[in-house]
Amino acid sequence: MRRLADIAAPVVFVALLLGGWEIACRALEIPVYRLPPPSAIGTALTAELPLLLGSGWATLSTALWALVIASLCASALALVAGLNGLIEKAIQPVVVTLQVTPVIAIAPLVQIWAGLEHPERAVISLAVVVAFFPIFSGALTGLKAVDPDLERLFDLYGASRWQKLWRLRLPAAVPFLLEGHKVAAGLAVVGAVVAEFGAGSGGSQGLAWRIIEAGNRLQTAKAFAALLVLAVMGAGLYALLQLVERRALVWWRGR
Amino acid sequence: MIATLNQVEVDYRGSGRALGPVDLALGEGEIVALVGPSGCGKSTAMRLLAGLEQPTRGEVSRAAGRGETSLVFQAPTLAPWMSAAANVALPLALAGVERREARRRAEEALERVGLATSRDARPAQLSGGMAMRVSLARALVTRPRLLLLDEPFAALDEITRRALADDVLALWAALKPAILFVTHNVEEAVYMASKVVVMTAGPGRIAGEMSIAGPLPRPPGFRTTEGFRATAEAVSDLLAQGMERAA
Repeated sequence: MRRLADIAAPVVFVALLLGGWEIACRALEIPVYRLPPPSAIGTALTAELPLLLGSGWATLSTALWALVIASLCASALALVAGLNGLIEKAIQPVVVTLQVTPVIAIAPLVQIWAGLEHPERAVISLAVVVAFFPIFSGALTGLKAVDPDLERLFDLYGASRWQKLWRLRLPAAVPFLLEGHKVAAGLAVVGAVVAEFGAGSGGSQGLAWRIIEAGNRLQTAKAFAALLVLAVMGAGLYALLQLVERRALVWWRGR
Repeated sequence: MIATLNQVEVDYRGSGRALGPVDLALGEGEIVALVGPSGCGKSTAMRLLAGLEQPTRGEVSRAAGRGETSLVFQAPTLAPWMSAAANVALPLALAGVERREARRRAEEALERVGLATSRDARPAQLSGGMAMRVSLARALVTRPRLLLLDEPFAALDEITRRALADDVLALWAALKPAILFVTHNVEEAVYMASKVVVMTAGPGRIAGEMSIAGPLPRPPGFRTTEGFRATAEAVSDLLAQGMERAA
């Protein structure tokens, strides 16, 4: 009974929200280009679905590529930093600076480096920058989050540096790595969209471009439809990684 | 003597003297309980004996080498990603013992602590007492000559800690390692050890020591004997004096 209520509550809330929105639009006679009612957004979504899904896939694949590249780079760098305190101290300020710099601000530079004829490279690079940090800091925290007494035992039993890494620090880092990837997946989508905005018109076929395009033409319902596809995509990716995380944690700690 | 501390002092940078000067001697196959208030440096003394820390002054000598010394902490300190058997086999695996042989000896050690059926369980699936037994099995799997127990029952409920105290004594009777047992529980110290060493409040010094009469492992009802109570009383007095002197 409780479960049913838990599921029903958000559904009812969203239904009320949409109903109120629809009624308000009609009653107040708000122009469609200013705020389309949900029904108009639904119509736009059905009409433009193939186009939006194609663009959605472009954005999603950008985000996924960025996630893979960020994962490899961030994990490798975290490993190096985790093994050597001096290297950690050396790179930490650079990483933090990169993290706090708004990605949109470095977009023009990255575009120049990627070459103006390869906007997709610039977009992926920018999304990598955004997805990098949570994986890096998660991995580094994990590598250092070893139970100090367990480490003492490894010392007592004469474990080598390599044994400590392989049998202690890497496995101990697994939950932190999973958490980092989950957060990074959501950010990679955000990063991809921001990068598409930053990369400007023409070169990109992603959802961000669809939103800009629709906005420029005052096709507000279509912009909302693109936004909806984007939101569903982001939530879906997050949910998928949450599932992976939960499964992997069960494997890691046995329940 | 299997391990001795000779006029040992430990200073920590910033917080000053943490221990000593302290003299402590542990004979082959002997059980010594080290009792003292929190923060007196009991655990520091133990880490010195384990070779995990170096004294600022004085001398630490150990006849038991690496691989012959084992350690059990207050928490079970198991690796959550490994099964009970893999946790127990860890010291052997680190020493390069062949996989199947390590596994066999780990299962034997688990059997010794009464956990033969839990060998594939993960630490998260074990109760506090069971996890502590796994930790004990891991300490015993190398057949150590020196076993260091750092308040191993402090986080357990009374019934479990009494049961484990008897288990440790039974394991001692079978394998005869020298045991240094650190605790702040006077009754537990008197019950477990043939000699109780009392420390003063930090920086800890030796307030005195007391030999405990009676057979080890303890016969049933030992806790209710007149001798046990009188000894526990005397140790408590010694502990109280040590705390006054420090204050």
